[in-house]
Order: sequence, then C-alpha cells, then structure tokens
Amino acid sequence: MLEIKDLHVHYGAIHALKGISLTVDDGELVSLIGANGAGKTTTLHTISGLLTASSGEVLLDGENIQKIPANTIIQKGMAHVPEGRHVFARMTVEENLRMGAYIIRDQKRIADNLEKVYGHFPRLKERRRQLAGTLSGGEQQMLATGRALMTDPKILLMDEPSMGLSPILVKEIFSIIQTLHESGITILLVEQNAKMALGVSDRAYVLETGKISMEGSAAELAADDRVRKAYLGA
Amino acid sequence: MVTFIQFVITGLRLGSVYALIALGYTMVYGIIKLINFAHGDFIMVGGYSLFFLIPVFMGLGLPGWLAVVPACIICACVGMLVELLAYRPVRKKGNKLTSLITAIAMSFVLENLAQAIPAIGPDPKIPYTLFSATLSIGGVAVSSATIITIVVSAVIMVALYFFTQKSRIGRAMRCVSEDKEAAILMGVNVNHTIIITFGIGAGLAAVAALMYIAQYPKVFTTMGATLGIYAFVAAVLGGIGSLPGAMLGGLLIGMVQSLTNTYISSSMSDTFVYLVLIVVLLIRPAGVLGKNVGEKV
Ligand SMILES: Nc1ncnc2c1ncn2[C@@H]1O[C@H](COP(=O)(O)OP(=O)(O)OP(=O)(O)O)[C@@H](O)[C@H]1O
Ligand SMILES: [Mg+2]
Repeated sequence: MLEIKDLHVHYGAIHALKGISLTVDDGELVSLIGANGAGKTTTLHTISGLLTASSGEVLLDGENIQKIPANTIIQKGMAHVPEGRHVFARMTVEENLRMGAYIIRDQKRIADNLEKVYGHFPRLKERRRQLAGTLSGGEQQMLATGRALMTDPKILLMDEPSMGLSPILVKEIFSIIQTLHESGITILLVEQNAKMALGVSDRAYVLETGKISMEGSAAELAADDRVRKAYLGA
Repeated sequence: MVTFIQFVITGLRLGSVYALIALGYTMVYGIIKLINFAHGDFIMVGGYSLFFLIPVFMGLGLPGWLAVVPACIICACVGMLVELLAYRPVRKKGNKLTSLITAIAMSFVLENLAQAIPAIGPDPKIPYTLFSATLSIGGVAVSSATIITIVVSAVIMVALYFFTQKSRIGRAMRCVSEDKEAAILMGVNVNHTIIITFGIGAGLAAVAALMYIAQYPKVFTTMGATLGIYAFVAAVLGGIGSLPGAMLGGLLIGMVQSLTNTYISSSMSDTFVYLVLIVVLLIRPAGVLGKNVGEKV
C-alpha cells in the first residue's frame, strides 16, 4: 500500500532524514519507533506532503504522491492524525468532525461516518457541542483520530497518539488503534511508547537520527536486546 | 431628544461604514496574520469604479446604485490580484516584517497607479449623488442614504457571519485561520481560501465606498487612507481577527465620533477615538472580543 524509497529530507542545512526506506502492506499495522528528534514526525509530514523531500520516493498504491498538492492526498485515501492533535480549538467537536469530511459532498455519507465515529468514541458524542479547545488531552486525541476517520481512509498515519496521556487513556487509545486495525484499516503508527506500540503492531522500524537502524516483526524487535535496552527500559 | 436621535443615527451610519471596512482588515488578519495596509485603498478603487459606472448604469435606464455590483467585482479582483502578485510570493520567501512592508508598499502602489490613470488624475471628483431623499423619524430629518447604509450593512454583517459559520468555504476559512497544516490535512486548499478571503474583504470595501459617497460625494486617490485608519482602529478595538469584534468596533468608533461631534466638538473627535482605543486596549489588550494570544505585529 505505502512504500517509501530512500527518502532524504533537509531543514535548511539540517539533514533530518538520511535515506529512509519502509513499506506498509495492505491491512498491516506498522510502527515507527525512535527517540526524540529521530525524524519520526519528519517522515510522516513528508509522506502526507506537508514537507518536501530532497530526494526519494513516496508511493501510495504504486503512485508517486510527492508531486501532487498536499491537500489532495486525503482524496487518495490517506489520513494523518498529527502530533499534538491539532484540533480546531475554536470549533465544536462536531464541526471538527465535519471538517474531517471536508472533501466529501454527499451529506448522507457524512452523517453515516459521523455516527460511525461516535460509535468508536461515545465520549465525543456527549460533547458534540463543546468547543474542541476545552476538551481534555485524551478527548482531543479521540477527536483528532475521529476526524481522520471521517473519510473512511484506507491508510491512517498516527503521530504519537499516546503523548501526554495518563496510563489509563494510553491503554484506551491503543485499544482503539487495535480496533481500527482489526476493522481493516492500514496504519503507520509513530510512537515513543515502544512497549505499547510493539504490543499492537505487526511489524516495526526503529529510527535513529534520520536512519532506520532496525526492522522486523514486532515480536522479534520486542525480544531484541538492543531494543529492550534503548526503548523498553529493560 | 432630537439631538440625541441625531447622534444615534449618525453614529450608526458612520459605524456601519467602518464596520464593513473593518471586516476586511480582520478577515485578512485572521487568515494570514497580516495587516493589509492596502485595504483602505480598495475603498478608493470602489469609489472610482462607482464614479465611472453610476452614469453608465443611469444612462442605460438602470438604478445608479446597481453599479455597486460591478464595483464589488472590480474591487474583489484588485484584492485578489494584490494577494496573488504581491503578498503570496513575499509570504513564501520572507517573514512577517517583509509582508508588512509589502502591504504598505501596495497601498502606495494602488494610490499612485490610480493617479497615473488620466481619467482619474490628482484632483478630487464629484460622483453622482444617490439616495438624496430625506425622511423624518421622530421629527428628525434623516437621509435615505443613512437608512440604506445602516440596513444594508446590518444585512451584510449577518449574512457574512452565517457564511463563515455554515458554508463550506466559510468553515475552510476558519480552519485556515486556526491551523493551516491541519486544514491542509483535511483537504482544504489554503491558497484558494486565502484568495477568496481577499476577494470578500475587498468586495465589502466597494459596498462601503457606495455608502460613503452617498454621504460625502467626493472621490480622490487618498480617500481610503483616513477611512482605512478608522476602520483599522475599529478592528483592533473589537479584537483583530474576530468578525463580531470588527462589527462591534466599527459601531463603537462611529458612536464615539458622533457623540463628540454632537455634544463636544468635531475637532475633538479623533482625540476621543484614540482615547477610547487606548483605554480599551489597557483593559483588554486583545480588544473587546479578541482572543488573548500574544500576537506580535
Ligand atoms: N522546522 C524545523 N526546522 C529545523 N529543524 C527541524 C524542524 N523540525 C524538525 N527539525 C529537526 O529534525 C529532526 C527530526 O525532527 P522530528 O520532529 O522529525 O523528530 P521526532 O522523531 O518526531 O521527535 P519527537 O519524538 O520529539 O516528536 C530533529 O533534529 C529536529 O530538531
Ligand atoms: Mg515527532
């Protein structure tokens, strides 16, 4: 489904990604783990077109999506839940969700998807008229995730969904990720919480200062000594 | 009592015009955080468009005020061109300061370009007087221009509010002004949204121009400067970036001016306008309805 080949990204003189290649197959949940500043967000931003690569390719179902405008990528079936949620704080919960379906013109489909999202996140339904800026961190994460689901994406990019959440909410978010995975959505998950991420993933990549240092099945990586030392605190 | 009614009506009339112009400042500021110094000059573009078009319309046997439709379109096009040719390229390369300087430059460019057109030139022109009939409200003579100004502005402001709240483009505008990257991820074309915002803001300036020349029948190339400053003060007073703020700020400035003109002295009106501005900003630095975020200009 998603294939990245030898991706290089620069911020001015800073060489943030130094030749990354990875693939996510149909229906897979793949996680990308790594320390602060490793380049995880940079990778996702480049995939969804918010950043331009210096070289390399991003292929979605075989099509190079780097040349198309960033705002049209969602039409290709890819949705991005950005790091730090980025909900529209001055809009209500429901307005945020409706913005998620901005590219859909069919009101019936929007209404159906809204009900589906409320099914995943009953708490959002209770708070549908509340301003998103007044939600708790966990609720905002649910909103950002629900908003990305409004177009029935084939593939979901999620950037640190567990950031800043209490242990209970982290569990809740991961169980939602698992549910989405089981429902057939392909997911590329970026996480610093390697333990939880490896727990739900099929495969994983480890990113270290702009390079992929390890890759393999989630179980293999979770058992690897280097991963255990560096990311699992063992 | 008669003076009081006069004061209220004049205040509403002045305020409505300021509010229409302030909306343009505030919408553009909301979406790209730029104080569009050229916005006042869009009024001038509207004023001259009306000056030339009203006689054409009347010659065709149509009501003169209908000329506001093409005037709006001309203004909107000028606004969009300014964004497309000047602001957008500068925004890509430069920082906030370069954008601000470009805006100041665009103001001069528009004024000088207008003067360079032979049919315009440096001397003021007197447009055809519209809506000159007078009515009597509670024993006070009120021109129909005044009533039309107040009513039309009110209708436009309500319509604009619902447009931004409910329409697809309006929602896109609000998203872009809150969070450009998230808006892109939703599929919003940010550049289109920005350019539409300029079009709407400049179109409103043409309506304001119609209201203004109905009251003060004179057009000149720097006519936008003074009006623009009052409207800008109104936008800041109400809380720049906020639509209801711009409306409230406009009405407030109009009322303050009318109050000073009626009860004190017209030569004091500027003093009071700025006094009110300073007092309000001391109490609420982000303006009456502004979001309290430390935004540096
Ligand atoms: N806008 C920017 N300008 C300059 N350098 C940047 C910019 N954004 C990121 N970087 C640098 O690029 C590198 C990768 O950053 P990135 O945000 O992708 O890391 P990350 O893995 O997502 O980290 P975190 O876990 O903290 O979110 C870092 O060294 C960072 O300092
Ligand atoms: Mg990151």
